[in-house]
Amino acid sequence: METFIAILLTIVSASTPLLIAAMGELVVERSGVLNLGIEGMMIIGAACGFAGAVMSGSVFIGFLIGIIGGAILSYFFAILVLNFATNQVATGLALTLAGLGISGLIGKPFAGITIQREPIEFLSFVNDIPVVGPMLNGIDAIAYFGFALLLAVAWFLNRTRAGLILRAVGDNPVSAHTLGYNVLRVRLYAILFGGACAGLAGAYLSLYYTPFWAREMTAGRGWIALALVVFASWLPYRLLIGAYLFGAVTILQFHAQGAQINIPQQFMASLPYLATIIVLIAISAKQTGRAIHTPASLGRIFVPDR
Amino acid sequence: MTRYLKYITAAFLAVMLGAGANAADPLKAAFVYVGPVSDHGWTYQHDQGRLAVEAAFGDAVETTFVENVAEGPDAERVIRQLAATGQDVIFTTSFGFMNPTVKVSERFPDVTFAHATGYKRTDNLTTYSSRFYEGRYVLGQIAARMSQSGIVGYVASFPIPEVVRGINAFMLGMQSVRPDAQIKVVWVSSWFDPGKEGDAAKAMIDQGADVITQHTDSPAPLRVAEERGVFAFGQASDMIAYAPNAQLTAIIDDWSGYYVSQVQAVIDGTWESQDIWGGFNTGMVAMAPFTNMPDDVAAEAQATVDKISSGELHPFQGPLFNQAGEEVVAEGEVLDDGALAGMSWYVKGIEDTLPSSN
Repeated sequence: METFIAILLTIVSASTPLLIAAMGELVVERSGVLNLGIEGMMIIGAACGFAGAVMSGSVFIGFLIGIIGGAILSYFFAILVLNFATNQVATGLALTLAGLGISGLIGKPFAGITIQREPIEFLSFVNDIPVVGPMLNGIDAIAYFGFALLLAVAWFLNRTRAGLILRAVGDNPVSAHTLGYNVLRVRLYAILFGGACAGLAGAYLSLYYTPFWAREMTAGRGWIALALVVFASWLPYRLLIGAYLFGAVTILQFHAQGAQINIPQQFMASLPYLATIIVLIAISAKQTGRAIHTPASLGRIFVPDR
Repeated sequence: MTRYLKYITAAFLAVMLGAGANAADPLKAAFVYVGPVSDHGWTYQHDQGRLAVEAAFGDAVETTFVENVAEGPDAERVIRQLAATGQDVIFTTSFGFMNPTVKVSERFPDVTFAHATGYKRTDNLTTYSSRFYEGRYVLGQIAARMSQSGIVGYVASFPIPEVVRGINAFMLGMQSVRPDAQIKVVWVSSWFDPGKEGDAAKAMIDQGADVITQHTDSPAPLRVAEERGVFAFGQASDMIAYAPNAQLTAIIDDWSGYYVSQVQAVIDGTWESQDIWGGFNTGMVAMAPFTNMPDDVAAEAQATVDKISSGELHPFQGPLFNQAGEEVVAEGEVLDDGALAGMSWYVKGIEDTLPSSN
């Protein structure tokens, strides 16, 4: 039983950064912008977060700085794609490369330092409940925050007026503009939110997951987050399934190896991408775009006529 | 416009002056790394070797490095670029750079190449490696003494001979003091992914392993061991700062002597393509201080180091059996270097199926 709980907890911590980063990207894409720079914003969040935590002595402040770092990098992306109407794909890729480079610079003085991971025991009374108690208590605060964020984003997109506007901007920016909504501002907010989420996910890697700073420690998780958004067909709840599925596959294959169950691990590692490709095929086979919530203007440049 | 002209003239003059000052061209040595210099492991140690070259030759040698080079086509591009831009000696420091290095070395016969841990040589390409397995044998012995459960978790990167040899040596070291010891091997398919390496270590601890060892380059498994209160070993360099209570010792790669001697040989014109494979006896492999263990275990480990160093003990000495129980090396003989270099089988007692490396 203890092993079972331990495995579940490892899955939660492996899935959390994916969930949070993908959640940010989902909102960005629902506003019609494709930001391929998640990996870059994540690694900036990891570097800034770790630097902030070491310098301030507080992990909490570290997380805040990580969020701000991710948001600042995404702001540059926003200026380029919104104000200068640059190609979103190219700009996003440039953002990833820039993020990887800059983070190395920021993190350089902090390589080789470790910090104490702070256990968060805010639910100590639940410990008495069998099985579920230690489980609930073992989950870290950021993972809970990830769940809360999921609910908030789902509610925002589907139940609020602002969410409706955001979706309108993503589906048909021309109409939204004609109706008097400021398309570029909505997209700016969405991009900043995406950057903040990626920054938080990155800071989670360096402050809680490992916890230390190392160059390129995101190791492709930003790309997985990107794939997850498509896998989820732009629906927040499916994102939860996708992120946990991927986290579970990663962790369980380690356990399978340890327990002498021989599934080629390269196959397991490619599973989430295969799943994404299958979903993509399903999307293009089903020409009714609305049913699968693909933002109709995803990746298209919008320049308001004045 | 005049302003720009001024800058251009100034820059031009600076270049001319610079060129004049370096009348005797320094030898240019380049290093290609698979990971970041700041990994505090494999790549870090190679970079220490590079710094030793700089310290030894001063102005006579100019060094440069490219870090985070992916194994595969990318590596070939990087190596060719270095060769084409006037580097005289190029060290490629990961197994996966083997074929790219061979290819480029054939195109640039005037450049000297050295490839770490590989087995393909040409007239201008030499190979070098260190006998890490000697260190891993010692680690295995310590692990067997320190483990309560008798189960050790092994975080492995890719099933290449270098790694397989390490696993076998570790197992033989364990069996030398505890015949029933077990190894759980987990392949993470990466040399450097702190998240995955840590997760693999967690998985094995959850399955009962109470000593963790690794053949990947980040300190993540060591960190996990520290947090979970089990023991672990540093990889490639002393990682005690990451795990003051968990690190038992670490195998330290010391490339300084080799790099300095190779550069010296190129300068002297005595360089030749050969295979250098050094162990404890050459100083290429060293152990970090034995910590967090009783004195008798440390003493036994030191005695083993000395025995291997003097040649009295060979980790792969017979009788040696493979997983199927067939005798591979007879009593009184040792496995030769060729067999060691291409090792792709497990010794008896390892309960894991070796994944194919292709």
